[in-house]
Amino acid sequence: MAHLALQSVTKSFGSLQIIHGIDLEVGDREFVVFVGPSGCGKSTLLRLIAGLEQPTSGDIVMDGRNVTHVPASDRGLAMVFQSYALYPHMSVYKNMAFGLENAGLPRAEIDQRVTRAASMLRLDDYLDRKPKALYGGQRQRVAIGRAIVRDPKIFLFDEPLSNLDAELRVAMRKELAGLHAEIGGTMIYVTHDQVEAMTLASRIVVLRSGRIEQLGSPLELYNRPDNLFVATFIGSPKMNVIPAEVIAADAGGTRLGFGAGNTLMLDSLVGPLVVGDAMSIGIRPEHCEVVRDGPADCEAVIDLAEQLGGETYLYCSTPGLAQLTVREAGQQMKTRGDRVRLGFPRDRLHLFDAQGRALRHGHEAARPS
Amino acid sequence: MSVTSALALRRGRGRLHWTDLASYAYLLFGVVLMFGPVLWLTLSSFKTQAALLEFPPSLLPTSQREISVPGFDKPLPQFNVTMDDGSTRVLAQARRIGLQAQMIDPAEPTRIIRVALDKRIPLRETAFAWSNYTEPLKQFDFMRYLGNSVFVTVVATLITLLINSMAAYALSIYEFPGRNATMLGIIGTLMIPITIILVPVYLVVTWLGLVNNLWAVILPGAATPTGVFLLRQYMLTLPRDLIEAARMDKASEWQIYARIVLPLSLPALAVLAIFSVMWRWNEFLWPLAVLSKSESYTLQIGLNAFQGELQTQWNYLLAMTVITLLPITVVFMFLQRFIVAGIANTGVK
Repeated sequence: MAHLALQSVTKSFGSLQIIHGIDLEVGDREFVVFVGPSGCGKSTLLRLIAGLEQPTSGDIVMDGRNVTHVPASDRGLAMVFQSYALYPHMSVYKNMAFGLENAGLPRAEIDQRVTRAASMLRLDDYLDRKPKALYGGQRQRVAIGRAIVRDPKIFLFDEPLSNLDAELRVAMRKELAGLHAEIGGTMIYVTHDQVEAMTLASRIVVLRSGRIEQLGSPLELYNRPDNLFVATFIGSPKMNVIPAEVIAADAGGTRLGFGAGNTLMLDSLVGPLVVGDAMSIGIRPEHCEVVRDGPADCEAVIDLAEQLGGETYLYCSTPGLAQLTVREAGQQMKTRGDRVRLGFPRDRLHLFDAQGRALRHGHEAARPS
Repeated sequence: MSVTSALALRRGRGRLHWTDLASYAYLLFGVVLMFGPVLWLTLSSFKTQAALLEFPPSLLPTSQREISVPGFDKPLPQFNVTMDDGSTRVLAQARRIGLQAQMIDPAEPTRIIRVALDKRIPLRETAFAWSNYTEPLKQFDFMRYLGNSVFVTVVATLITLLINSMAAYALSIYEFPGRNATMLGIIGTLMIPITIILVPVYLVVTWLGLVNNLWAVILPGAATPTGVFLLRQYMLTLPRDLIEAARMDKASEWQIYARIVLPLSLPALAVLAIFSVMWRWNEFLWPLAVLSKSESYTLQIGLNAFQGELQTQWNYLLAMTVITLLPITVVFMFLQRFIVAGIANTGVK
């Protein structure tokens, strides 16, 4: 059982404030991922939870007990570091047993726990080796094993996969997901990679400049981003953002103008928009449609077509707009210079006001939440 | 690389370049500069007191050849004698009277030949005066001094390693206000030479009742700023993640110090150990000040006893100096690779 609550936690280093009042609850057995660009404070937040840093203000409550001033060693948490931080002079076995020895567990119990974790992580054959005789993925597994044997209240992961090559990262990601399913602990995971966040998390916390931008399940963030930052951060390739202006807003609907004379009609009125307001239209590459016949929303010229076999990415330019990315399924025989007509399905549109806040509109009700 | 191939190294693949010659000349100069005195010391340690004071000095230990002649109790010194007829003969000198020497031919010991002093040249041979080594080992309480020196060196080095590493741990692993100022203060004490604090430290030692006690030699120098600095710089390069991982692993500060930081600082500790052994073994001024009874002398102070006010027994002094050099040479031979690796690793990453 582990329940963690952060209550208006702030952290400053000197005059530089890194964390601006974070409120967050993490429930038992949740897999929460902190995601954000570098320097957003996600690692600092994790270190605050770990007890490796002291918050400047605010409280950290674990299972109803205020642990704000409890040292890291007494919080009962385990952390996997980006650098793995394996003790180089100890064997794999010793690395895993170190925490248990410090906790004063009997030999037999230590041996049993280490053996179990080693077999879970397929490290049985390497127990006598020193970390330098292991390759990246194995070191990573030792670091995870060191956390598992402790049977901690919460597992903390600080960008654990960022030192691995792409292939290994995918494999380890799957292992981590499997591990969470198997041991079912509460996990807090920091990454800058939104794919890791989407695939692993039961809940994602998107951070920017020390503030929570949005908190929710991966699909919630994908389907209903609260703001432009989350909308462009989640999803790969990132969402196309088209600056637009409100041309008409009346009972007939809302008409938006963008680019060089393109318009887009919405059936309903959108929130507080009035004629003349600047705003942004967001549409994900996978939701743009190439229209063969029938009405289209804009015309574009292909700058570059990437054939990936299973899918095709078109990078298109339209007068007055930044480059648009369009994903089409299958193999599309299109090349540079071809003209395409693009359609934006209304129920897939994301609208944002001039400040980047999401505007709810009638069409999105059709989307899964 | 073997020694021979190392000695044959050249700049290019082709002929000997002039820079090769210059390099080897320079290196040879270095070897002579470094090893010349040691070689001179070692060879001289086998000379008799008389041979040491001889002028011009000889490189090899030599002494006059002697021969036993029937009818004489002691062996007689041998000379090359130029006879009146211009021939030379090897004769033994029975006795000297004024400017004349009474010489005899060992083949017919009854006939005495009178020879002027300037007509004879001593017959020399290379001879090692082993007594330089054996005599002091009997008279001079060598084993006791050696024991004292070993005790001081070993105990002082252990204490130095222990407290310097603890200080370095505090100054590198902990972050606290004034950390750098403290470090600067410690480094600053390097600028105070021992001669300045000799008297005050002596007073403290007297007050503690430690005069003539080996602990008086060990304790005052146990914390060396050089050691703290060396270890701290090394510990600063240890990844912080390791320390934090250990904290997460419920390790106490003692456990982090003893089980993580110390084992990982072994190269730096080895360097400090070598330095400490050399400092302590060769330490002279401070032990001379606090040790006045011969039973508490260290080797270096014991050696000083050969140097009297009126007369210095150079032959014994040199021989014992050679013996004193041996342990430190052996220690250095085994640990020198740590010095290179350790010094390369200390300092900034």
